[in-house]
Amino acid sequence: MKFKFLEHPADIKFQAFGKTLEEAFINSALALKQTIYEKKIKEKKAKKIKLEAKDKEALLYDFLEQFLFLLDAEDFLFNKIKKLKINQNALEAEISGDKASDYDFNNNVKAITYSNMFVKKQKDKYTTQVVLDV
Amino acid sequence: MKIKKISDYEWEISDSKIPINLFVNEKILEQIKKDDTLKQATNMAKLPGVLKVAVMPDAHQGYGACIGGVAGFDLEKGVISPGMVGFDINCGVRLLSTNISKKEFLSKRKEITHDIKRTIPSGLGRGGERYSKEIIKEVLEKGSEWALENKLATKKDLEKTEENGRMENADSKDVSDQAIARGLPQLGTLGAGNHFIDIQEVEEIYDEKTAKKFKLEKNKIAIMIHCGSRGLGHQVASDYIREIEEKYSAKKFPDRELGYAPIDSEIGKKYFSAMKCAVNFAFCNRQIIMHKIREILKKNFPNKKIDLVYDLAHNIAKIEEHKIPNKKKILVVRKGATRAFENQPVIIPGSMSTPSFVLVGTKNAEKISLASSAHGAGRAHSRTWAHKTLDEKQIKKILDKKDILLEGSPKATIEESEMSYKDIEEVIDVTEKAGISKKVAKLKPLAVVIG
Repeated sequence: MKFKFLEHPADIKFQAFGKTLEEAFINSALALKQTIYEKKIKEKKAKKIKLEAKDKEALLYDFLEQFLFLLDAEDFLFNKIKKLKINQNALEAEISGDKASDYDFNNNVKAITYSNMFVKKQKDKYTTQVVLDV
Repeated sequence: MKIKKISDYEWEISDSKIPINLFVNEKILEQIKKDDTLKQATNMAKLPGVLKVAVMPDAHQGYGACIGGVAGFDLEKGVISPGMVGFDINCGVRLLSTNISKKEFLSKRKEITHDIKRTIPSGLGRGGERYSKEIIKEVLEKGSEWALENKLATKKDLEKTEENGRMENADSKDVSDQAIARGLPQLGTLGAGNHFIDIQEVEEIYDEKTAKKFKLEKNKIAIMIHCGSRGLGHQVASDYIREIEEKYSAKKFPDRELGYAPIDSEIGKKYFSAMKCAVNFAFCNRQIIMHKIREILKKNFPNKKIDLVYDLAHNIAKIEEHKIPNKKKILVVRKGATRAFENQPVIIPGSMSTPSFVLVGTKNAEKISLASSAHGAGRAHSRTWAHKTLDEKQIKKILDKKDILLEGSPKATIEESEMSYKDIEEVIDVTEKAGISKKVAKLKPLAVVIG
């Protein structure tokens, strides 16, 4: 399982999983994408993301927020994370997607929140948990 | 946690450092005990310099602060928390009254509703105007005054807007380039989620005198607009949550989402200024949307009157004078709550197919609830639950039965149906019986536009 949605009375809560931290981050981004738009987006354009934060949770927050920023400011929605590298608390990613307004949807995700957020390693598995403000 | 009963409609968390008053009945109290509402209210009461916390009848779990949570802070010892104001800064409602009868409207309902849906973009660039950075900066500082200067508002509109549509001392330099970039294509757009435009019939009047003052007439139509500061406001919140966290240790915060800075610190002041910018953006946003709707109505009904009843914020921080116990200026944060000073209009929207209500603030609210009241029905079920449990056909059937025309995506239809919300009538009943506002009119939806 890449990710699963959990019950939350008002907002959207999900957990994402991965054998590596990178995979858990990629699956977190896919859960966000699924919330915004369930269908496939063509991979016509590529973008790079480069971030640094003070800890893993802040890094995940900033990483996910980038997608909301790209959607509002650059009319871009990603379909795939082609590459992702995390080194300590720095992240570099290559993503591909398309012009969002060519697809029939409205983004209802207002923001990423720190509410109940975690990035955990248990044995050989990483789990993230995120609540989205919708 | 010790909860003491004061009356059938007021309870108190009595083992907290400062009073936390809950304006709920026993049934709602049992509901909010099941989620994190009360824990989040208790977290609000732990912040430095907090004087009072009030929980509204429509409260439910949020992130950081509970929705329907109000807190007052001492200006010298107190703090300001971007997470507490929340992401949708100045998400609020605007209500227009008209002398267009229900019958007149119904004869053109389909065209008008479709025209509104087509004219007011939901977002994502489609159909929206893209404003320049300079214009957006002006809007951030001037709010609805920018709309007035550009003939998108009248003086009367501004008089009927909280803060006259402009919070002073808003410096656009305190808003990041990223936030402004998100705002460029979004001025005059509705957004998605629970944001909507409703065309309603004034179905019942409870208080003739006040209704007349608010220009609400039975069987005439009213228009309600619910939206906020869009991505720009969300980014302002996010920027300052991050900045405050970097400056102050997250460990001492009761919840990572509730990071705070002293009100009079440099960063506290900067956030307050940036928040005011987002507040102004939202006032202007609703003003532009209203202007376009007014044009559509005028085109269809050239001789009819269309007036702004009021525009108010549901998510905001502002300095107000309160008696706790002596009269003084404090910072009041309303997160999913309506300002309710005596004689002020309180506009409480219901869900897609349930009534909305207009109430009026009371002297009592000034005494007991930091002059605050409820702001909506409050969600009862998650969006995940809605997708698992409901289908579009079933919801359309309810709308047909109630004769409500809906223009919206299947996704929003499923997520925002009345089944996902609490009983608005009960929220209103508790609001009135707790004495924090008084019923004026009931509005029944005739047509609904959602993202």
